Formats: sequence, structure tokens, C-alpha cells
Amino acid sequence: MNRFLSFVKKEFQHIFRDRKTLLILFGMPVAQLLIFGYVITNDFRNIGIAVMDQARDQKSELLVNRIFSSGYFLNRGQVYNIDEISSKFKSGKVKAVLVIEPSFTNNLIGKGEARVQILTDASDPNLASTIVGYLSGIIYKFQMDDVPFSEARGIIAETRMVYNENLEGAFMFVPGTIALILMLISALLTSISVTREKEVGTMEVLLVSPLKPALIIAGKVTPYVFLAFANGIVILLLSYFVFGVPVEGSLILLLLALLLYITLSLSIGIFFSTLASTQQVAMFLSLFALMLPTVLLSGFIYPIENMPWPLQWLSLILPPRWFIVILKDIMLKGNGIAYIWDEGLILIGMTVFFIAISIKKFKIRLES
Amino acid sequence: MAKTLISCSGVSKHYGDVEALNNINLDIFSGEIFGVIGPDGAGKTSLFRLVASLLIPDSGKISVLGYDSVKDYRAIRKKLGYMPGRFSLYQDLSVEENLAFYASVYGTNIEKNYHLIEDVYSQIEPFKKRRAGKLSGGMKQKLALSCALIHSPELLILDEPTTGVDAVSRREFWEMLKRLKDKGMTILVSTPYMDEAKRCDRIALVQNGVILGVDTPEMVIRQFNFKLFAIRSEVRHEIIRALRTFDSVHQAYLAGQLVHFTQVNPETDDVERYLMDQGFGDVDIRTIEPDIEDCFINLMMN
Repeated sequence: MNRFLSFVKKEFQHIFRDRKTLLILFGMPVAQLLIFGYVITNDFRNIGIAVMDQARDQKSELLVNRIFSSGYFLNRGQVYNIDEISSKFKSGKVKAVLVIEPSFTNNLIGKGEARVQILTDASDPNLASTIVGYLSGIIYKFQMDDVPFSEARGIIAETRMVYNENLEGAFMFVPGTIALILMLISALLTSISVTREKEVGTMEVLLVSPLKPALIIAGKVTPYVFLAFANGIVILLLSYFVFGVPVEGSLILLLLALLLYITLSLSIGIFFSTLASTQQVAMFLSLFALMLPTVLLSGFIYPIENMPWPLQWLSLILPPRWFIVILKDIMLKGNGIAYIWDEGLILIGMTVFFIAISIKKFKIRLES
Repeated sequence: MAKTLISCSGVSKHYGDVEALNNINLDIFSGEIFGVIGPDGAGKTSLFRLVASLLIPDSGKISVLGYDSVKDYRAIRKKLGYMPGRFSLYQDLSVEENLAFYASVYGTNIEKNYHLIEDVYSQIEPFKKRRAGKLSGGMKQKLALSCALIHSPELLILDEPTTGVDAVSRREFWEMLKRLKDKGMTILVSTPYMDEAKRCDRIALVQNGVILGVDTPEMVIRQFNFKLFAIRSEVRHEIIRALRTFDSVHQAYLAGQLVHFTQVNPETDDVERYLMDQGFGDVDIRTIEPDIEDCFINLMMN
């Protein structure tokens, strides 16, 4: 234990004496969070929506058909009462619910005016407003084609955003940015700190000592767990006070998820350092193997639903993909552990995997 | 005869196509300073890393302190003090912090083992708050030696400890090694400086991964059975070129400011006359005693 503590102490000394690393650690997240994320465009198709058709008459069913034959939406089933709607959203598969009023056909033809309501999950505000736009377009076209002109003043579509009524962009990019930054910083800093010892030659002395690989790895990771955790809290505070992103769910659950994700990122960093022998290679690995996929494939900027299948499969192995879901669930939807345990288990599994192969791959000798 | 602490038998090691060590057989005894002498790239570092269990031999067996270097590497590492070729301490930690860290790595602390390092460490203790990166070359080596000694190892392995260190610090360093030896420490040390060879109890001359010879420095010199001439001149390169066409030449090479020369038939052929005939009138030729470097070059050529 004493060995471990003095190893950790030594790591802290390295970190606090290296101003540049400290600057990266705390400067970059703040800057990125402030700069990131307003300009995000999406390709749009196969969005899951559900229908609550209270009319179930000729015109309403025709309208529903029109919507699903457009190619933009996937039918995620019927909703029969209002209470179901929120659980549909919380499942994450349904991004919008179309509610059609009773006696839709009668109202439309008789009164010349019928009502529908579009409810969207605005924890992803870009997607939500795009859904509203597409649905309104389909409804308008339906009205032009299928409702005799003279009969109708029209269908009145009322929209409501759930979870994020004001469509704050920050609500979308904050979870993504947190996932990206923590992953990058944690993996980058640990992999650099290990490869630095290889480059400088101190690893040779550590190897020749009786220290066990697991202890060296644990000693390397521990300080960064604290620092990255502090970092994550800074980002959360910043997003709360600057962007007004709420934490609807349990704060303790959120912090636990943060801790889990950080540990995972650090273990990936250690894994990279077993592959790389120089700081430069470690840096490239972190940037290209982590940053690009995280930005492009984790659902941070481009919705996963819109990706071709191979990329959707690829996104399954990206930790940020799962963490972003957890963050959105806890922060924006106020979901409890019942909704995120599966994502959590996936992250735990990944952590165990990376730590295990890192310890196994950690070389007890100089490579030859 | 003293106990054998390190025993290499038939050890070979190569990196890709490069042969670093070829069939090394070596025994190192308890309580001696054993020097591995050879130029850069001779295979000294590879040999030391093999002994320190940091590399695995391609063939052959190494036993260190009675343990097999591949199977029982853990047992070896506990009892070994190892100082790698380049300065491998944390430059951003202070002198004292480095020492405390390495002590803790071996489960001990500075106070407990201070008597082991006192002789070495007391010389740099006034600078204990200074960052290791800011020390002079000589002080860095003293710190590295302190760190290698702090856990009371049974065997010290020092890979070129005096390379890049000034002459005064080099001498001090060797005096410290001598005092360690007097306390019973076994020391395996390498150096590219031939003049340091005579400070060892026994030496191995290594060249291109092969051991040219193992003996005490005195015996190595005694085995040099040529008459050695030293020629002082301003035109050394021309003289070497001329000597190499001399019928009786054995070797002619530059040694510092002098040309060293050995010949096959010193009785019949007069080198002084030969040089005179070649037009080198004003040369100062005298016979000298060989040193390790002459022996080394002689062995290398055979």
C-alpha cells in the first residue's frame, strides 16, 4: 500500500510541475465547451415516431399512412393513452409522438378544421425541430392532396417540445462535449504519461524493480481519476451556470456515471500506452482513434439513426455513444437507474475489458 | 575461489538481423568489480539488460544470484541495483524525492538505509531540494547510484556510469565504487573508457558482440607480447600510411597525440631507419609499456 501511495504521490508531482499538462487538463475543456456546437446539421431519415390516433377513422389512417410511407419515419407503434407517451420518450426509441384528435374525419370535413399535436423529444433540439418541419410538411401535403379543397380550412398542427421546451442548443451539445472532452483528456494524458516514462528511460528502472504491472498501472491512473473527475464537475458547473443545462435526475447517479466513464477512458489510455512506445504515437492514437469517432459516430453531432448500418454497428463499440445516452437521460429527462442500467453495464464491461488486456499486455521486460 | 554470482553460458541475442551478442560465456564472482570494456555498439548494454532480466536471451542461460534470469526474474529484481546507460531518474522531481520514490518502490525508506548510501549521497545532499534535471552530469550519476543502492542490493549493475561525466567526477565515482567493493558489494560495470579498465578487478574486452578476452587488467597487459613504439610527430596520418607499407608492420594506429606501432620482427627491421628513408627525418620514437587500449586493439585485430 505504501508503494502504491508513493507512486500516486510521484504522479501528482509530475502533473502539478508540468504547467502545460495542467493547462490542457483544465483549459481545453472550458474552451471547447464554450466554443463548441452551435452549427450542427443533420441528414434525416428513419426517425422513430409513435402515433396516438384517437380517431381511427378514414382520414386519420390515411394521414398516418402518408407519414410512414414518406421514408423519413419508422413506426414505433401505437400509443393508447397520454400516460404512455412519457415512457415512450424515455425508452429513447421514439423521438416524436403524433396525437390525432377523436373524430378527425368528421371535424375535418364537417367543421373544416381538425387538430393534431406533435410532441417531440427536444433533448436533441436540432432533431426535434427537424422532425416538426418534416411532419408539418407531410401534413400540409396530405391536406392539399387528400382533403377536398372547399371542405377544409385545414388541419391545425400544434407542436410541443418535451424536456427542452425552448430548444436550447446547449442541451444537445453539453452531454456530447462532456463525453468527448473527458474521453480525450483522460486517455491522452494517461497514455502520454506512461509513454513518457518509456521515452525518458525511467520505465527501465521501474521494470527492473519488483513493482507489479497492476500496481504501476493503478498508480498511473489514480491521480487522473481525481483530476478528470474534478474536470467533469467544472464542466457540469459551467454548463449549468453558463448554458442553463439542468440536472433533472439524481446528482449522485450522474456523478457515479461520470466516475465510471472516466475510469473507462483512463483504462483506454493505459491500453494505448501498451501499444505505443513514444508520446507522439500515443497522442496520435488518442486523437485519431478516439476523437474523430467520438465526434462523428457517437451520436454527439450526427444522429445514429441516420447512419448506414455499418457505421451504426461501429458506433456500438464507442463508449461515448453509451455515455451520452446516460447523460441525456439523467440530466435532461430525469431518468433513474432503471433506464440506464444497460448502458451502465456496457461501460462497466468495457472498463473491465481494457484494464484486463492492459495488465496482460503490459510488458514486464523491455521490448526486444 | 569466491562464489559465482553471475554466470552466462552460450548467451546470444539479436535484434532482427543485427547480432548484438554472440555465444557469451562469462562468470562473475562475488565481491569483485567486473568491468565490461568496449566501444559503443559492442553489446555492453544488451549484456547488462540480459543480466538484469530486462531482456530474454535468444539462446543460452543466464543465472544471477542463483536464479534463472527468465524464470525467476522477480527474485532477481528484488536483489539487484541497476543503473541504466542514460540518466533515468525523474527530472521534474527533486533529488530527495527521487531517492524517496525509489526507496518506497523497494518497500524501504531513506532513513532506514541511509548508511548504505551515505558515502555517495552525502556529496549531493546539500542540493537535495534541487530538481534532478538541474544537476550536473557528475551529480546526476551520484544520485542515480544512490537510487540504485537504497534498497541494499546484493549486486550492482552500472551501465556506462561515467559516460559524459567530467574527469574529476569520474575519478570520484570510481573511488566510491572501490569503497562499495570494500564493503563487500559485487559490481558489474561497463565503460567505453579504456583508462578506467585498470580500476576493475577483472575485465572483459567486448567487440561486436563477442568477448575477446577476460582477465585481470594486469594479466591482459602482460599478455601483450609485442614491443610497442610511440612515435611523436606533427604528421601522424602520413606516418601511419607510411608504416602500413613497412614490411615488418604489425599494427600502426593513432593513440591520442601519438602514433602507436608494433612490428613483427623488431630485431631485424629498424623502424627508425625505415621512417628516415621514407623522408620523415624529425621523428621522436621511443618504446613504451602498453596500456589496455593497446591490448584491446591488438586483440581486435587477431
